[in-house]
Amino acid sequence: MIKRTALSFAVAFVLGAALAAPVMAAEGTPHPPRNKWSFAGPFGTFDRAQLQRGFKVYREVCSVCHSIELLTFRNLSEPGGPGYSAAQAATVAAEFKIPDIDDSGQPTERPGRPADAFPKPFANDAQARNTHGAVPPDMSVLAKARTYERGFPWFLLDMVTQFQEHGPDYIVALMHGYKEKPADFQLPEAAYYNEYFPGHVIKMKAPLTDGQVTYDDGSPATVDQYSKDIAAFLVWAAEPHMEQRKRIGLQVMLFLIVLSGLLYFTKKKVWSAVH
Amino acid sequence: MSGHATYQPQNAFMKWMERRLPIAGLVYSSFVAYPTPRNLNYWWTFGGILSFMLGAQIITGIILAMHYTPHVDLAFKSVEGIMRDVNYGWLIRYLHSNGASMFFVAVYIHIARGMYYGSYKEPREVLWILGVIIYLLMMATGFMGYVLPWGQMSYWGAVVITNLFGAIPVVGDSVVAWLWGGYSVGNPTLNRFFSLHYVLPFAIAGVVVLHIWALHVVGQNNPTGIDPKSDKDTVAFTPYATIKDGFVMVCFCLLYAWFVFYVPNYLGHADNYIPANPAVTPTHIVPEWYYLPFYAILRAIPNKLLGVAALGGSIVILAFLPWLDTSKVRSARYRPLYRQFFWMYIATVIGLGYLGSQPPEGIYVIAARILTIYYFGFFIIVLPLLGMFEKTKPLPNSISESIFPAGAPASKAKA
Ligand code: HEC
Ligand code: HEM
Repeated sequence: MIKRTALSFAVAFVLGAALAAPVMAAEGTPHPPRNKWSFAGPFGTFDRAQLQRGFKVYREVCSVCHSIELLTFRNLSEPGGPGYSAAQAATVAAEFKIPDIDDSGQPTERPGRPADAFPKPFANDAQARNTHGAVPPDMSVLAKARTYERGFPWFLLDMVTQFQEHGPDYIVALMHGYKEKPADFQLPEAAYYNEYFPGHVIKMKAPLTDGQVTYDDGSPATVDQYSKDIAAFLVWAAEPHMEQRKRIGLQVMLFLIVLSGLLYFTKKKVWSAVH
Repeated sequence: MSGHATYQPQNAFMKWMERRLPIAGLVYSSFVAYPTPRNLNYWWTFGGILSFMLGAQIITGIILAMHYTPHVDLAFKSVEGIMRDVNYGWLIRYLHSNGASMFFVAVYIHIARGMYYGSYKEPREVLWILGVIIYLLMMATGFMGYVLPWGQMSYWGAVVITNLFGAIPVVGDSVVAWLWGGYSVGNPTLNRFFSLHYVLPFAIAGVVVLHIWALHVVGQNNPTGIDPKSDKDTVAFTPYATIKDGFVMVCFCLLYAWFVFYVPNYLGHADNYIPANPAVTPTHIVPEWYYLPFYAILRAIPNKLLGVAALGGSIVILAFLPWLDTSKVRSARYRPLYRQFFWMYIATVIGLGYLGSQPPEGIYVIAARILTIYYFGFFIIVLPLLGMFEKTKPLPNSISESIFPAGAPASKAKA
């Protein structure tokens, strides 16, 4: 009975989707290639060393233009993150200048404290736009704010396979996407051609070059490595409680599976009286 | 439906209470002794799931509201503050945002169940209409909730949907300005949406009480669509329905937990993690998945006023179902033709849902027009005519006979 209805539903579903799903309109933007991420899947955790490297890339390169205003220094030492100690986080904080008001009411700057948020590199959007040609987006939730269409039927399968790393894959691709523009492509002044950026015209100059950031853990100093590290860092920045979420998730799932099994057999027993 | 025991207070306090406020008796007769048809299948468990989801949304919502700030400059940050700094705030928020989707999953199954088994027919018309009202209130609540985090989709969704009211002849523009509380979607809009988003779930809870009251007056329908004739056809709500509902509810929670813990943003839009910006229009403005079929109908029609009318009509028409369906037989089990049209209707709604998520151009618009015609044709043409021409299968004499067919196994019904 259930099987038949489920079958009818499946037929209706496929029919509905097929009626409506001719080929995905190709907009001329290739799909970002997929990467292997330590944080993917139900048991995923961040690679601490990678987050630390990503933080270094952010600090030395991206932070010149991009703010990350929802992140605080104390976050760096919280569980499930890059794994710095509280003292290390405080040291990092002290290296930043935080705008404040002094006792006489005058604007001043003081060294950062763990509770402070990362300061912005520009005073306001207009200033940023004036300097860079476009406002560099805040990076706090950037890894969750970018995606790409996977098309039918992949978008449905992603629900089951838990593929959700569209954002970091896109960021990595964007860092690799600076190419010679096609001969017939009109590129405006002070803009760059990027294969993966929607519309291909990006105001951000390729931010990374090989050897730009020195890693002290022996990881390769390449654009490829930098881009993966910064993307992982941005995923953590966007979802600092991800490890806790997946860990609790497993406990909840196991609990519910056992409970549903018990209820199933109780139900069978109760109903056996009338069946 | 008689013969089931009534509530007998056991101790002195309950006896004292029962003579003053017979609430224990009410609960007993509604949720313990209440006779339910013995042949209910698992599609009947979604009412319980819906009540559970309403409770879950109210509880998580009240906690969110303790930390949320309804102001255009602070809303986005306060939601991120919940995600980052409130203890288990990420859990509460993901429970609430995915809970809305689960609520709609359950309501769609619940509505489809009613349509398949003819649960809207005499004497359940009022019960059915109360259900349609709950569904409308849910749509309004979900829409206004989605505006609260004040991301790009929140803002632009609010712009698109409120602008629909501008299609009303003569007074349209005034109505829109009145909804906005100004000349564009802004802080007054966000404030009133928050206020309404907070209060509407309690209105829903009120209508749910009426819905259940009506249910307990007319009794539940069942897969055969014929009324219970004797005590042999029913079982007591507790333990039979309670244990079955409980089992399915836990299975449903497994699905819910899958989304909350493993793919919490799957059902949302990446653009909603970009703070609202009235100066930048997203390339595709897409509503939440549960509105997509209706969004596709809206965009399938080239004229704005007619499009809005069709959008409203596609939902309101459900309320007229009891009179559009002229067949005397309730359950699709015994209606071979209706059954096929029903599944085509389900396919149509799913197809429209997909089209609603795609840009309104080329083949997508044509497909949406064809499906829109079937959507309305199903209600206005197919249902009235089927009742006159369809040759239905013989009904069993009673519910118990349909389960334990005396003799001929050929009469064993399937659904
Ligand atoms: C010189 C300033 C500058 C630096 C340094 C910089 N960016 Fe950008 N970035 C920009 C600007 C400007 C934009 C906006 C581009 C546009 O909208 O055309 C941008 C946009 C982006 C975007 C968003 C693209 C989109 O889809 O909208 C990403 C991702 C990004 N930058 C990543 C990085 C990373 C990672 C780094 C560090 C390795 C970095 N940027 C360093 C200026 C910069
Ligand atoms: C019928 C029940 C309800 C539904 C369907 C519903 C739906 C939603 C949706 C879809 C969102 C947006 C989620 C997001 O993307 O972040 C939301 C947000 C919100 N809701 Fe509800 N809700 C319901 C009940 C309530 C109640 C009863 C309250 C308060 C008492 C409430 C308070 C909030 C708050 C404060 C937010 C903003 C925070 C956030 O975006 O996470 N909700 N709701």
